[in-house]
Amino acid sequence: MGKLCDKLSEDVRFIEGLKACLNCGTCTAICPAAEFYNYQPRQIVDILQTRDDEQIVSLLKSDTIWYCGECMSCVTRCPRGNAPGLLITVLRSASQELGYFVESEKGRQQLALKRTVGEWILKYGYCLYPSEIIPENHPEQGPVWEWEFEHMDDVMHRLGANYKKTGPGILRKIPEEDLEEVRKIFEETGGMKRFQEIEEYSRIKAEEMGINLTEGMDNDYIRHIYSYNSNRHSKES
Amino acid sequence: MKIEGKRRIWKDYQKEIAEDRYFYVRSCVRQNFFPGSERTFLRIMKDELNKDVFENAAHTTCSGIGYHSDIVPFETVMTMVARQFALMTESGYENFTTSCITSFGLYTEILETWQHFPDVELRVREHLKKATGREFIVPKNLSHASDVIFKFRKEIANKAKFKLINKHTGKPIQVVEHIGCHYSRMFPSKGVGGAEYPYVLVGMIEDWGGEVIDYPERRHCCGFGFRQYLVQANRGYSLSCSKKKFDSMAPYKPDCILTNCPGCPMFLDRWQYALSEMEGITYGENGQGIPVLTYEELAGMMLGYNPWDLGLQVHQVPVEPLLDKIGIPYNPEQKFLTLDGMSIGKPETPTFLKFY
Repeated sequence: MGKLCDKLSEDVRFIEGLKACLNCGTCTAICPAAEFYNYQPRQIVDILQTRDDEQIVSLLKSDTIWYCGECMSCVTRCPRGNAPGLLITVLRSASQELGYFVESEKGRQQLALKRTVGEWILKYGYCLYPSEIIPENHPEQGPVWEWEFEHMDDVMHRLGANYKKTGPGILRKIPEEDLEEVRKIFEETGGMKRFQEIEEYSRIKAEEMGINLTEGMDNDYIRHIYSYNSNRHSKES
Repeated sequence: MKIEGKRRIWKDYQKEIAEDRYFYVRSCVRQNFFPGSERTFLRIMKDELNKDVFENAAHTTCSGIGYHSDIVPFETVMTMVARQFALMTESGYENFTTSCITSFGLYTEILETWQHFPDVELRVREHLKKATGREFIVPKNLSHASDVIFKFRKEIANKAKFKLINKHTGKPIQVVEHIGCHYSRMFPSKGVGGAEYPYVLVGMIEDWGGEVIDYPERRHCCGFGFRQYLVQANRGYSLSCSKKKFDSMAPYKPDCILTNCPGCPMFLDRWQYALSEMEGITYGENGQGIPVLTYEELAGMMLGYNPWDLGLQVHQVPVEPLLDKIGIPYNPEQKFLTLDGMSIGKPETPTFLKFY
């Protein structure tokens, strides 16, 4: 058993998620990601079961661990009580902690997630916020969202929201003292450290790739990781 | 099988849902895309059922979408959840009800983790105390808001002004039900009916007069997949999952889709539009889509609430064909007006998908 595997084993999600896999493939049969990507949750569990650090490092540097949608369909069906989807969360945490995520196209996308959802949590107290869901980044949202986006105050008022206002209610302005508590929780529990690691490893990778990375979303590296698809991820490719 | 045997098996998949005095926490996705649904939930609970539902303005996101996008560590999300529990405790409530399925799944997972690893709970208590000075008691009862509507489905049926009956044919409205993945996939015993045969939406549909459609991909994910939708380059995953479901359900000619997760109705609504623009496909009759509803919207429709108060105007797939089938009145002229009745224009008409 390797040192990396020992470290993964300290995570309660690893203990809960990995019993003894019999390689039946039921998880792969039910997995939405396995249908779309060149991905098999069975293989993930099988590799972890070897407890071989070399294979696990390769996994952490690969696109493979980023294909799962964390729907947890695999958990329901596993006849041995394994939870491949839960193990994926452990592997993704380790990949970011060790800086391996920047070695894969899908892993590098973590910076885009940090700079959107991550920063919205700290700024607004919500994972999503309507003024940030810009129609040109979301053509699939269609003309109704475009109309809402243009008239957000009126639409939210019509539907009973307390948008940007104080007190309880839908999309209320979260008081500064509560946002401060959220930030302190992130400081205390490693959330801020995770954000800093994502930033720092991404900065080094952007330099290595020769792509401009500055703060915010309006730079070449963010545009690249947010929209680039090499199309080498499906079974057919 | 003898009826007693059936009842005994079914008993394994029942869950306790509190009767009253709920501490309510909101959903990030719901507030952004279907705000009318949360308003309707509170209206039904307070005005129709006379229940005590309390919202503490200090509550925030649980950070669950961040956790399942893997940018928020487990330790952090557990402490964020602990803070929500602390607000409940400080407010004098014991029954925790959440609008969000991602949150519900996380709360369930975290409570289970603390049961198996009490030292983790102690550590989270220390984190919370140090960061915020707060302390908490774990909820006596944890439910999703759809559990609560399920519990009172018969009371809602008794007060209903409409039934899920096609007024032109006299036959039950045909409904596809779609359960959010994190409702019961990890912990089947925590959802009404378990993971294979969840009953939480079926119970509402049947008691309100409709019929449930069984179809091959009934349990397939809508395709949110967190990073698979949030990052533009990955959205093919999300779209493909929804398309697989539409292709599978279309031959059964559903009148509507009913959901209990905040994200699913958004995806099942928007991806129908995207597919119509990309490939010219529409899944309803005569260029219409299949209307997608939240359970709060459906309950409000049955109770005779104004469709534009429910927020049906912010659906990309128009709901009017379903309203017409049931015979629910609406004023098309008021669909896109402000609360004061002012015009703020209207959305553009899609290329293929019929729009009203």
